[in-house]
Amino acid sequence: MEFKPKVIAFLCNWCSYTGADLAGTARVKYKPNVRAIRVMCSGRIEPTFVLRAFRKGADGVLICGCHPGDCHYQEGNYRCLRRYHLLQKYIQQMGIETGRLKLEWISASEGKQYAELIDSFTETITELGPCKIKETMENLT
Amino acid sequence: MKEQKPKLKLAVYWAAACGGCCVSVLDVHEKLFDVVAAADLVFWPIALDFKYKDVEDMPDGHIDVTLFNGAVRNSENEYMARLLRKKTKILVAYGSCAHLGGIPGLANFFTGEEIFKRVYEESESTINPEKIRPQHEYEVPEGTLEIPVFFNDVRPLDRVVDVDYYLPGCPPQTERLLEVFLAIVTGAELPPKGSVVGAGTKAQCDECIRKKTENKLIKKFYRPWEINDDGESCFMEQGVLCMGPATRSGCGYRCIKGNAPCRGCYGPTADVIDPGTKMMSAIASIIDAKDPDELEKIISDVVDPAGTFYRFSLPSAIIRRKLL
Ligand code: SF4
Ligand code: SF4
Ligand code: FES
Repeated sequence: MEFKPKVIAFLCNWCSYTGADLAGTARVKYKPNVRAIRVMCSGRIEPTFVLRAFRKGADGVLICGCHPGDCHYQEGNYRCLRRYHLLQKYIQQMGIETGRLKLEWISASEGKQYAELIDSFTETITELGPCKIKETMENLT
Repeated sequence: MKEQKPKLKLAVYWAAACGGCCVSVLDVHEKLFDVVAAADLVFWPIALDFKYKDVEDMPDGHIDVTLFNGAVRNSENEYMARLLRKKTKILVAYGSCAHLGGIPGLANFFTGEEIFKRVYEESESTINPEKIRPQHEYEVPEGTLEIPVFFNDVRPLDRVVDVDYYLPGCPPQTERLLEVFLAIVTGAELPPKGSVVGAGTKAQCDECIRKKTENKLIKKFYRPWEINDDGESCFMEQGVLCMGPATRSGCGYRCIKGNAPCRGCYGPTADVIDPGTKMMSAIASIIDAKDPDELEKIISDVVDPAGTFYRFSLPSAIIRRKLL
């Protein structure tokens, strides 16, 4: 059976979600593998959210926030950036491909960029294949 | 004649443990007399010569309280966990290993095969040209000998059996044990099943005596031996990783009193699911960098995030083992 990756995208309300919305209203075509979750700010995305997404079966997790300097809450995206770097280092230690987690800045006007990002990220995840976290965590050995 | 209150039946067992938990029970010192006055020790391998057979022969629910320490790493640990669960009214996961997986849980960074290869073939002190490994079953003229099966995964007690209470710590503070024990003996009202007992609910930082400033930011992480600790200010603010923000209080911040940062043995606070993710958040808020390259450099000093943040809790974390 063809592998259809499950991708979770956490999008900040003020820029990235609006950007994704723009992609929709502009009827830009992009891959249908993303489940978008709107949060108020990328600084709200706790590492727990990301790990839980993987644990529950996501093949890839995408985090999007406003461009540096543009966060509606001033510093949220920097906090997100720092968490992201720590998470990357951690998931690598756990044997999880770092490519499965991605952080990108998407502004409210970047509908097209959002669509391209979804396409390219979905492609990366398709190449990586199904993520083994859920299965490994559920079956004891 | 005054009728004597029946004594409690108490058992202490060690599974995959270092023995420190049993010693923490012995550390009641002269209070042991009070314990023995109120309870009969019916099973305690470190101190008393009872056999597994004696436990098997007990009626179900015979033991009032079992302090089960150690993680479940092999089939013997698992068998004893199930057996003691059946024979015990109140089963307590005693110490970090039974509570969260503990130090033996760090083996979840490897597979059983990797561990055996290292231990029986590669370690510097091993000479084993025939590469002999322990076998689960071995035929001898007298019959078949068996040793326990070594599992790939280390598990905390509650992944194997139902647990009534958790008493955290590596090892638990003996004073906390006595408090809990006295509560049981005096028939005080016990907290709901599944509670963490003998510990606080807040984080270490809330009790810690070290000086904290508001919004302190740091540019570099140090390992404890790399700095001259000023003995007064918060370790994190000096750039030394301290698990205080993600760790339950109750030990009396004993490491910090000894001028060492907290390593997290009391496990996460009540409202935290996963101590490691909590630490990642805590650290992310004190790093003073916005540029990815600078950030990367600062984080490179956090040498082993997984091992540091999950030192005592890997088997109960969201990602509870390294992918196979
Ligand atoms: S981080 Fe450590 S040293 Fe600082 S306040 Fe918390 S427990 Fe104390
Ligand atoms: S300070 Fe931390 S590591 Fe030390 S005993 Fe207390 S909880 Fe455990
Ligand atoms: S509001 Fe968009 S990142 Fe903070």
